[in-house]
Formats: sequence, C-alpha cells, structure tokens
Amino acid sequence: MIEFTSGFWDLYITIITLVSILACGVLLVAQSRRRVAGGEAETTGHTWDEDLGEYNNPLPRWWMWLFWITIVFSLAYLVLYPGLGSYRGLWKWTQVSQLEQETARHEEKFGPLYERYAQMDVQALLAEPRALAIGQKLFLNNCAQCHASDAGGSRGFPSLTDRDWLWGGTPEAIRTSIAEGRLGVMPPWGPVLGEQGVKDAAHYVMSLSGMPADSIRVARGKELYAKTCVACHGAEGKGNPAMGAPNLTDKVWLHGGSEAQIMQTIAQGRSDQMPAHKDLLGEARIHLLAAYVLSLSRQ
Amino acid sequence: MRTDGAPAQVVEQALYEVRKTIHPRAVHGWFAGWRWALVWATQIVFYGLAWLPWNERQAVLFDIAQRKFTIFGLILFPQDIIYLTVLLIISALSLFLFTAVAGRLWCGYACPQTVYTEIFLWVEERIEGDRMARMKLDAAPLTAGKLALKAAKHGVWIAVALWTGFTFVGYFTPIRELWDAVWRLGTGPWETFWVLFYGFATYGNAGWMREQVCKYMCPYARFQSAMFDKDTLIISYDPGRGEPRGKGPGKGHCVDCSICVQVCPTGIDIRDGLQYECIGCAACIDGCDRVMEKVGFPKGLIRYSTQHAMERKLTRARMFRRAFRPRVLVYSAILWIVIIAAGVSLWNRVPLKVDVIRDRAAISREVEGGMIENVYRLQIMNTTEATRTYEIDVEGLEHLELHGPERVEVGPASSRTVPVRVRLHAEREHVGAGIYPIEFEVEAEDHPEEAVREKSVFMVR
Repeated sequence: MIEFTSGFWDLYITIITLVSILACGVLLVAQSRRRVAGGEAETTGHTWDEDLGEYNNPLPRWWMWLFWITIVFSLAYLVLYPGLGSYRGLWKWTQVSQLEQETARHEEKFGPLYERYAQMDVQALLAEPRALAIGQKLFLNNCAQCHASDAGGSRGFPSLTDRDWLWGGTPEAIRTSIAEGRLGVMPPWGPVLGEQGVKDAAHYVMSLSGMPADSIRVARGKELYAKTCVACHGAEGKGNPAMGAPNLTDKVWLHGGSEAQIMQTIAQGRSDQMPAHKDLLGEARIHLLAAYVLSLSRQ
Repeated sequence: MRTDGAPAQVVEQALYEVRKTIHPRAVHGWFAGWRWALVWATQIVFYGLAWLPWNERQAVLFDIAQRKFTIFGLILFPQDIIYLTVLLIISALSLFLFTAVAGRLWCGYACPQTVYTEIFLWVEERIEGDRMARMKLDAAPLTAGKLALKAAKHGVWIAVALWTGFTFVGYFTPIRELWDAVWRLGTGPWETFWVLFYGFATYGNAGWMREQVCKYMCPYARFQSAMFDKDTLIISYDPGRGEPRGKGPGKGHCVDCSICVQVCPTGIDIRDGLQYECIGCAACIDGCDRVMEKVGFPKGLIRYSTQHAMERKLTRARMFRRAFRPRVLVYSAILWIVIIAAGVSLWNRVPLKVDVIRDRAAISREVEGGMIENVYRLQIMNTTEATRTYEIDVEGLEHLELHGPERVEVGPASSRTVPVRVRLHAEREHVGAGIYPIEFEVEAEDHPEEAVREKSVFMVR
C-alpha cells in the first residue's frame, strides 16, 4: 500500500471490506426467516409473470451454516493475512517471504546434492553422468536461449561445442565467464582506416585462415594489422583470451566469415556481452554448468 | 402453517429448516434386483480392477507424476488428452440418450451416490434393523445399547469408506506398494490426504448426506429435466386406476398403504406426480407391486410410463414405439458416430509420438563453409512396452541433411528428447531468406508401421 500517499485509502478499503462482510451477515439473518400473510404461508410470496408463485421448499439448516463458515473464514483470513489496508496480518505473510521459504526448502532438499558435486574437481565431474545430466538441465533452462539447445551458438553468440575459446577453456576461465560475465568489445576502425583500409585489413584477416584473398590487399592489410590490430589479436592473429580477442586463424566466425561481414566487423566494431550469473545461479550450479560446458567440447 | 379464518394474520416462515432423516424401508423386487446387479457390477470393477496385473504391472494405473496413463495394453501420454475428451463426450451423450428414453436411469441405478447409499443402507439395516426399528432407535434416549449399535454401524461405514478411498488412490499410485505402505504407515502426504478425503466424502455422502446430495448439490439432477419430454418413461402413479384411495367398495386400486412413501429414498409421495426430487430408482414400483399382488389387483399401479401414455391411454407397445422419436434417434446417431470414430482412432493409433521443438533464440546460424543450420529438439515418446530404436530423417528441401543422432534408443513407455541439427548443403547466395516447411520422419527399426511424420519449418535469414 506504499503507493498510496495518504492513509485515507487504507481506511477506505478497510471500511468497505468490513461493512461488506457485516452486510452479508445481516442479509443472512434477514433472509433466514420471513413474515408473510397467513393465507399464503406455503409460498414464498414471490410472484412472476402475474400468477407464477414459488413454493417454500426450505433448504437444510446446514446450508445456512456454510454461509456462516464463509463469513468466519473471511474474518479469520483478514486477521491472519494482509487484506485490510496496510494492516499486515498476524502471520506477516508476504509474497517475498513465501518465495524465500520455498527457496530455502528447495535448497535444503537439493543443497546436499550440489554440495557433493561442488567438492569434486571439474575434471572428476566429467566422469559423472548424473552431474552432467543436471548440468544439461541447467544449461537448457539458463543458457540455451542464446547458445542454442545443442550449445552450437548463433551469430553473435559463441558455439561452446568447438575447442575455440574466446576467454580461455580452462575450468576456471569457464567458471569465471559464467559467474562474472564477459564484455567483449571490438572498437570501430572505419574512421581510422578508411573504406579501402578496412577492405585491405579484411583481406589480410581472410588470408590468415586460408581463405582466398587479393594478394595486393593482403600485403597492404598486413601493414595496417601490424599497426592497429596486433595489440589485441596478437602478431600471429591467434587472439588473446585475456581480453576476449578472438583467434583469427581458425575458421570460427562469431559474426560471419564473408568479406562483407568481416569488413563490417572491422569498420563498425562489435560489442558482445555475456551477463553475469553469479547471483542468479550460485557457485554450486555454476560449477556443474562449467563441467557440462567443458564436456561438450571433449566429445 | 395455514391459519384459518384470519387471512390477514402474519406468520413467520423459515427458509432453512433442520433436515429430517429419511429411513427408507428395504425393498425387494425386479427393479431393486437390477440396482443390486449394478451395485455388484460397478463395485467389482472398481474394487477389483486396481488389483489386476497385466504384463507384470498394474493393468490400470494413472501415473500422474510420470505423466503416463496405462489402461491394459494401452499407454497414454498427456498428448492423448483427446481420448479423455472423447470419453467425456460419450458419457454426456449417453446420459442425454438414457434420460430422453427413460428419465433418470443413471441416478436410480448406477450413480455412485445411489450405489454407495445402497451399500450403506444395507449395513444400516443389518445392524439397526428395518425402517421402524431405526426410527424407534433414533427417538430412544441414549443408552449403552444404542451407543453400541451406532458405533458398530459407523465403524463398518468408516471401514468401507476407507477401503473405497484406498482403492481410489490405488489407481494413481501402484496399489500393491500402497498396501505395503499403509501397513508400514509410510504413505506419502498426498496419498494419505486423498485416501482420507475420498473416504470422508464416501462416508459423509453415503452415510449422512444421502438424498440431499441429489436434491441440493447435484447439477445433473437439475439439468436432466431439460432432456425430458412427454414420451420419456418416468415413474408414474396411475390416478385413473388408483383414485379414490382407500379400501372397500367404490374405491380405486390404491389401498393407501403408504408403502410407496416408506420406501422412497428421497422422502416424496410419487402419487403427487413427477417431482424434482425423484431419482427414478423405482423402489415405489417394487413396493407397490408387492402390495397389489397381496390384495389381488394387477401390478403396475405405479409403473414406468410416459405422460402421453397416461393422457392418451396408449398401449405398452404403442408407448414403447414412441421411444423412436427424432430426439432419441439424433442422440443415438451422434453417440454411435463418436463411439465408432473413437474406436477407429484407437485401432489405428501409432504407438509413437514425436514433438518437434524449434530452438527459439538461435533461429538460424551459419556454420563453416557458409552453410545454414537450424537446431531442433525432438521429443520422441515410445508408447510400446518394449525398447525401440528409432531412425530420424528429414525432408522438404533439397540438400537438407541431418547432423546429430540418426538412431535413437528409447526405453519402454518412456520419452527422450534429442537435439538435432539440420544443415542446408547449399551456397548461401542460392537460398533466399525465408521460412521453408520441412518434415521430420521418425520410424522404429524393424517396425515400419510405427512411423510418424511431424511438420516443422527451416528458417534462413
């Protein structure tokens, strides 16, 4: 009720609720007996369509008790649970506390299982089919949206099934990627290199992975590469996992491997983000996920 | 209530009143025999079927946790919900048909409320005696003897009710395991709840509520009257034969013995004509026929008859011929069509189901060589009771190829989800962006009749 700026609305709701319940009780009492003219005592006195009367067929008494039970129930509910304005109820129930309770129950049930796996080394987990099965479920629920359910990735989202790792493929590096997230930024070089420069650089990059390229442009591009790209991608174009700079010599293309796509990458730059999952999943689950992800490229 | 001579006087009317317990007198005869036959038939099936083994498992088991519903050789998954729908449609149409022909047949003979009330009444009669004895016992002050009788009755009732609740739960959790668990006091919280709840409902409805369920709670009782017409067989008192009531010269056949009222489980007098409380149990027919036999009048003063037959004095043959009227024929025709369609569908059912789930985020991706790849997950549900190996194939576009497991083993009556990659072996520039329809084909190895084709789409962007 904090969105209400004055206490008036609390009072308003409280009064309307209580008066309504009271009115139900009054109606029940008033309608349980009725006074009718003696001569017509067998009918309820209701008449429809001029002459259609209704016999009084009294309902069983327990039926009336059902109504009273609902009234008592609603009053008890309003005492125990929040319902009357800003009154929080005797049990202080909130949606958040219920979520916390359920989470705690869940942790209690599955915590020991995760705890056991958390004690194990990632390498050891690779030999545990059950751990990997849990890892796969976690992956399908949390990762497949971007990396696809077969972990094959999509444009802009790396495949996790090859042995090519942007940020390193050690268990620790994978765990850090999941827990802390990653931000891979390729700055736009279009303004610096100019259109021809971008094309030259692109052809050099294409030559690195053995794709057909214009040899004159390759030669010019090599000079540009040595000046602008080498800092991140390295002298041999093998990339640098410390900053997520991709290896340009394999045939894995995060944003497409055609000339036009490579040129676009160089000219306009790229910015890819892997969100941090530490708070969402917790250490133990991330540990299992890391094992599962690692298992994908070991097949 | 009526106060004579003073019409202006005001009286107070209660709109709720304490229910008066009805102690129906036990009745024997042709229709009571039919009711008992149905009590036996339904209850042998209900109490017995749960224990029937089939292929080393329970014949009928609705495993909600595993989402697997087995009925003898048939294994149904939630995707088969259509059969439940069809079953409900068949039940509804049957109710319409029977009601149009002969009124509340279901209520009078086969409804669980009637069946369990009959069983509970039988117990009551064995322990407390017949109608008069029971009324006397109820009116008597509480003594040790009365307490013992009541305790014995409720004890037997509760035992029957608990057994009913236990049997009910036994259709959802294997009954033999449940039986062991009961003895170890190791039933799960929900099993315990449902055994007690269903048992309580049986005890309360058949022991205490009885006719009130039909009068105040049951919706079918209310809407069945909409299916009545003037040719519907209803339980009718023949006033032409019966009136004026009483014994002696100049009187009709009704000797006013009130047996028909005493045997009525809903406490009405059928001689007042058709009433909404009448559940069509025909106890009054059986009761009256016995009296007619004794006093030497022909049977059937109260009988199954129709409004038309009464008004127009139709013969039995002509009355029954009127059963073949458009309403009944239309109900029957629809009912048969639905039953035959359901039967054909069940007969032709392929014991294999496949769901194709496209990856939603990774719509379409480029892989080495500039080829386009789409990812799918196939949920393959084997509804046979043997392990099957399935071959997966994909069609719909030229140069479409499957990457991923082409043969998948799925255990008996279980399902498995496999990710499947489909790759288009074509140059990027020859394929326009768009959505192309494709079809997966899943076929069981060595069982070519167990094959399913499932549609999906292949996306290129």
